[in-house]
Amino acid sequence: MVVGREESRDDEKAADLLFGALADPTRRDIFRRAHEGRLSVSALAREYPISLAAVQKHVAVLERAELVSKHRVGRESIVRVETDALQRAHAALDRLESEWRGRIERIDQILDEDKGEDKGDS
Amino acid sequence: MPVTDVNKDLDALTMTITAEFDAGAERIWEMWSDPRQLERWWGPPSYPATFVDHDLSPGGRAAYFMTSPEGQKFHGWWRIEEVDPPGRLRFEDGFADDEGKPNEEMPTTIATVTIAEADGATTMSIESKFGSREGMEKVVEMGMEQGMIEALGQIDALVAGEKA
Repeated sequence: MVVGREESRDDEKAADLLFGALADPTRRDIFRRAHEGRLSVSALAREYPISLAAVQKHVAVLERAELVSKHRVGRESIVRVETDALQRAHAALDRLESEWRGRIERIDQILDEDKGEDKGDS
Repeated sequence: MPVTDVNKDLDALTMTITAEFDAGAERIWEMWSDPRQLERWWGPPSYPATFVDHDLSPGGRAAYFMTSPEGQKFHGWWRIEEVDPPGRLRFEDGFADDEGKPNEEMPTTIATVTIAEADGATTMSIESKFGSREGMEKVVEMGMEQGMIEALGQIDALVAGEKA
């Protein structure tokens, strides 16, 4: 299965990029801040004792790992946490599923208790 | 497991779950129409629901709150769109503020419940749909935040462990 192998190689590459990107404390911190809200590259540079170029390099690593994306707003370059729309829809529908699975299980339990009571009466 | 099927439509943003119960349709309908029974299953055991209002008629409303283990109350509401006992119920479900007033900023979902009895067993299917794509995005943001923060915490712990 050539296709499967290629896919898994891609997955591995993506994982390497992801873990590589998050293996650095400054990049983890940038990612965490970006997650709390959109922030500009220049505002980030003020937060760390490193050059603007160094911050830009860190952001580029996070971008390659598809953890963040950069958007131009006026003269500012804004860093935002990247999640793909399909992934978000999946996550949202998974939440609905687990919520309703729980409810259905609880209804089933109540029905079981009904039967227990019936037996007790007879 | 009573669940027989789950189907998700990523474009329409709907999740449909089907379950089969060893009971009649009237009994299953009671789970919805009797607020005291509804309270036994609507919220998870750690967040039990209390219904303070429950009017299952078209245009009618229900109001409830779920209580956290710490005693914090989370309010919610239903707006009934369609009702046809014991076969069909359609309602919008949303969040409310502490006074029970609907919070328009928060996402809503629309549930369509279909109940059908055949050969002594009853099939209930629920189609749950996000009121809007923005609402769905909000739900994900709220959940994702927690997940990512936890994941980052684990990575931090791993890295700290390596250093130690």
